Amino acid sequence: MYVGHRFLDDRSEKRAARGGSSTLPPGPILPNDQREFASNLKWRKFKASLFYGSLVFSVATAVLLLCLLLMELALQGAFWLDWQFITSFPSRFPERAGIWSAIWGSLWVITCTSGIAIPLGIGAAVYLEEYAKKTKFGSFIEINISNLAGVPSIIYGLLGLVVFVRTFGLGRSVISGALTMSLLILPIIIVAAREALKTVPNTIREAAYALGATKWQAIRAHVLPAALPGILTGVILSLSRAIGETAPLIMVGAVAYVAFVPDSLTRCVHRSANPDL
Amino acid sequence: MPPLGRRRWTSPTSSAKYGEELIKGALLLCALCLFSPHLGLSTYWFPKASCSSTRFSLGFPDRNKWTPIIEPQSFGVLPLLAGTVQVAVGAGIIAIPLGLGCALFLSEYASRGVRDVLKPILEILAGIPTVVYGYFAITSVTPLLSKIFPQTEVFNAASAAIVVGIMILPMIASLCDDALRSVPSGVRFAGYSLGATKFEVSTRVVVPGAASGIFASFVLALSRAIGETMAVTLAAGANPTLTLNPLESIQTMTAFMVQISMGDVVADSLEYQTIFAVGLLLFVITLTMNLSAFWVVRRFRKYKSD
Repeated sequence: MYVGHRFLDDRSEKRAARGGSSTLPPGPILPNDQREFASNLKWRKFKASLFYGSLVFSVATAVLLLCLLLMELALQGAFWLDWQFITSFPSRFPERAGIWSAIWGSLWVITCTSGIAIPLGIGAAVYLEEYAKKTKFGSFIEINISNLAGVPSIIYGLLGLVVFVRTFGLGRSVISGALTMSLLILPIIIVAAREALKTVPNTIREAAYALGATKWQAIRAHVLPAALPGILTGVILSLSRAIGETAPLIMVGAVAYVAFVPDSLTRCVHRSANPDL
Repeated sequence: MPPLGRRRWTSPTSSAKYGEELIKGALLLCALCLFSPHLGLSTYWFPKASCSSTRFSLGFPDRNKWTPIIEPQSFGVLPLLAGTVQVAVGAGIIAIPLGLGCALFLSEYASRGVRDVLKPILEILAGIPTVVYGYFAITSVTPLLSKIFPQTEVFNAASAAIVVGIMILPMIASLCDDALRSVPSGVRFAGYSLGATKFEVSTRVVVPGAASGIFASFVLALSRAIGETMAVTLAAGANPTLTLNPLESIQTMTAFMVQISMGDVVADSLEYQTIFAVGLLLFVITLTMNLSAFWVVRRFRKYKSD
């Protein structure tokens, strides 16, 4: 058979179509055809290398952009970053201004967020992966999680503003910000933890059952420890997202001029990611 | 305690079974927390937002001016929408070709070693907080633009579009990469065995095979660009005008929401309620885009992964 040539060579295919013999395999390779094929090959190889070049270009652009970004940040920021800047409160005078309250605000929010989101996220992932039956409802939850992960963060901020700050009366406080942030990173933690739990082979669970373990014993003693590295990766990534996230906290109202370090969950905070600084 | 060999196996007591059920219930409760955003949105937020949307009759065609804070007040959301679309389209023009190129390189050309170096680099790019991108736009991109085009304003749509493009590039690259890798390698080998070059296999076999996933990644990335807040707030300015010139200052929906909640607007005043209406519009747009992306993947997927 002689399909390879026909599949790849557009011109001969068109000619075959014009000749009306497209359904029949063409006859033996003609010298004419062969010459055309050979000349075509050069062009095709040239196109392939051109394509390769453009791909390398796009990758190089992405890498260069990252280097540029990091260099800009380092060059412009390193000069200002000293101990005084870190340990001072925000000030009207630029030379005396600092981010002490902002750092503490970030730490407070991130600590509370991890306290809320990590247990909830891992628990939800364990339930969905180990207990829940694979039904229509399961696939509904699947779509649901990906949708929640796709909702813009500022919408979570509005939600936090309406629900936590207003309706629950928590005010513009650490706890409002942390609850809002937990909602934001919960889907990320759940997705990562589920992926990690999926990689634990079923034989481990079966071995535990064979030794008489109950379901929870198997999960606690075998499945969770085996999935722990993957779960931790997801948790760390989501916390890094939370510490860099700005918009929802602005909506919740965690942006203010604050000249003290928060000392309780209900004090308002100043975040380091605040563009006002 | 008797030695291990002598201990007799006993079936789980009823209290142990009770404990099992308790744990299962607690875990179910965790899973149900997933629905708390829905509950919050539907009970508290939607009524508020829809009430304020009807009040402002957003997007009313003959009122294409958005001046909620200054007199005379006018609530035509079109300028904000146009600003958002402008930034998203600009970001797409930058990120889609580059992202697809990166993904093709990663999945088709890169060796394992190169891949192991490039993937983390893209992930770092994806992990940079968006505020930082905003500063990058102001301190680096805008000065560069104004060197090329002297009429560039301090805050402009182009710099915002460029940095948002850089921001969504890794997202497109990794989603496309997943889609391309889900095409079974047997199909590629079939192409090679027919004498195709790598370019022909990539563009005529692999990309069409992964088309649904690639398209979905574009839609998801654009929806991310539409919902992106801090970079555009910092870079694009706060000037809701209806313009096509990317060098002028504009305002996006998200930037407006930030402006109102950071400003001195009295809570529960008319101006304040506009953020809920604008937020609802933003939510509807992004949700529609995300759902359609999932639908495309489900409906048009050619090869199933695994």
